[in-house]
Amino acid sequence: MKDAVSWENDVTTNTVKIAARDVQVHYGDTHAIKDVNVDIEDKTVTAFIGPSGCGKSTFLRCINRMNDTIDVCRVTGDIRIDGEDIYDRKVDPVQLRAKVGMVFQKPNPFPKSIYDNVAYGPRIHGLARNKADLDDIVERALKRGAIWDEVKDRLQAPGTGLSGGQQQRLCIARAVATEPEVLLMDEPCSALDPIATAQVEELIDELRQNYSVVIVTHSMQQAARVSQRTAFFHLGNLVEFGDTDKIFTAPEDPRTESYITGRIG
Amino acid sequence: MNDQHIASAFDRDLESVQAQIMKMGGMIEDAIRMAAESLETRDEELAEKVRAGDKAIDDLENLINERAARIIALRAPTAIDLRLILSVIKISASLERIGDYAKNMAKRTGVLSQMQPVSDSAGSIRRMARTVEGMLKDALDAYIQRDAELAMDIINRDEDVDQMYNALFREFLTFMLEDPRNITACMHLHFIAKNTERMGDLVTSIAEQVVYLVTGQHPEEDRPKADKTSYVSKA
Repeated sequence: MKDAVSWENDVTTNTVKIAARDVQVHYGDTHAIKDVNVDIEDKTVTAFIGPSGCGKSTFLRCINRMNDTIDVCRVTGDIRIDGEDIYDRKVDPVQLRAKVGMVFQKPNPFPKSIYDNVAYGPRIHGLARNKADLDDIVERALKRGAIWDEVKDRLQAPGTGLSGGQQQRLCIARAVATEPEVLLMDEPCSALDPIATAQVEELIDELRQNYSVVIVTHSMQQAARVSQRTAFFHLGNLVEFGDTDKIFTAPEDPRTESYITGRIG
Repeated sequence: MNDQHIASAFDRDLESVQAQIMKMGGMIEDAIRMAAESLETRDEELAEKVRAGDKAIDDLENLINERAARIIALRAPTAIDLRLILSVIKISASLERIGDYAKNMAKRTGVLSQMQPVSDSAGSIRRMARTVEGMLKDALDAYIQRDAELAMDIINRDEDVDQMYNALFREFLTFMLEDPRNITACMHLHFIAKNTERMGDLVTSIAEQVVYLVTGQHPEEDRPKADKTSYVSKA
């Protein structure tokens, strides 16, 4: 639409946070990601969508080098965060993952107290000078995870005793406790009920103020609701990448159209 | 792109609601034709038929809107499907308005057939209505065939209707100045002409929906507008 009024939740920044160039991923003989080039913006939610096996999760896992842990997986090409090559020999993957947090499909709290779940990362990265400092970090992270009010009176209770939705928000709190710059979410709501899903989506929208959020989701409606930019992957290719409202109202590639409208693609 | 949804019921729902649009379109074409014919031939019975038929058109519009709402609620349509549902809702509203204008023309036929005819203006209006009817037929064809080019052609043809209205506007003004006894009939005829011109605009908006449906883009706004009567100060 020409001269469209800008929406309140539209992209407000165009700073590139993550730049991927000619990225290829092989699992043994399988060519899982084919020559992907993409610029992911800061303070923006970017959704990766596509059918199962299209490579969206594989590509997501390249961004914090989670694929390093898989022996047969080979990543080539160039991925830069703030211009820094994350596959450079000098980069410590553990440090990288503190900067690039990740939330998984199934909530996976440690078998520890709620407090320790969140304090774990800051402790091993030495982010707190003393107990009071650590208390502050935990409180701030739990607030950012939108779960503080529900757990503040039982911080020593086990994290595994929370409901599924609460566990997932605890995991998000744990991920933000190390003050990451990028948050990767791999189907963070697929194991949650609609109410918990709405709470996590609300949270994602708040997290956008401070982070670059990349979310893989199988729910097209979720991608449409939470993201400003959407990337459609198909058979290892990045088929289309653009403004979410454009992708969901008038996509350019027929494969995108087939997929999002629920046609066999 | 594949034509078929994985959920075949979704396809059936979309086909069914489009079939209703085509049915409604056919009813509107008939209403325009019969209203204009009744005006020229002073056929009050035919005019009454148009007036009575409007209820069925309104009912069909309600049915289409209910179906469209149901599809939105159940299927959360996106992309082409979303544009299709939006077009269904807007086109049914435009068709319903055209139906109202046809009904209004038929109502005035009842009054006008009691008066002296004013020149051949009823014939001119019928020609104008025929043009609009042709545009509507093509707009519905463009819709069902997803033909954006034909739709653009229709948008441009609205200029002809505007020009016919301009000519009638001046004609009526002249008749009224010539003989005040013409005023009542000319007032009615002018409303009919104006309403027919509005029908052309509504058909144009249907054609614009077709362009949006097919291309995802709204057509350029600066389409030709030849209705200059807003600026006329004397005959």
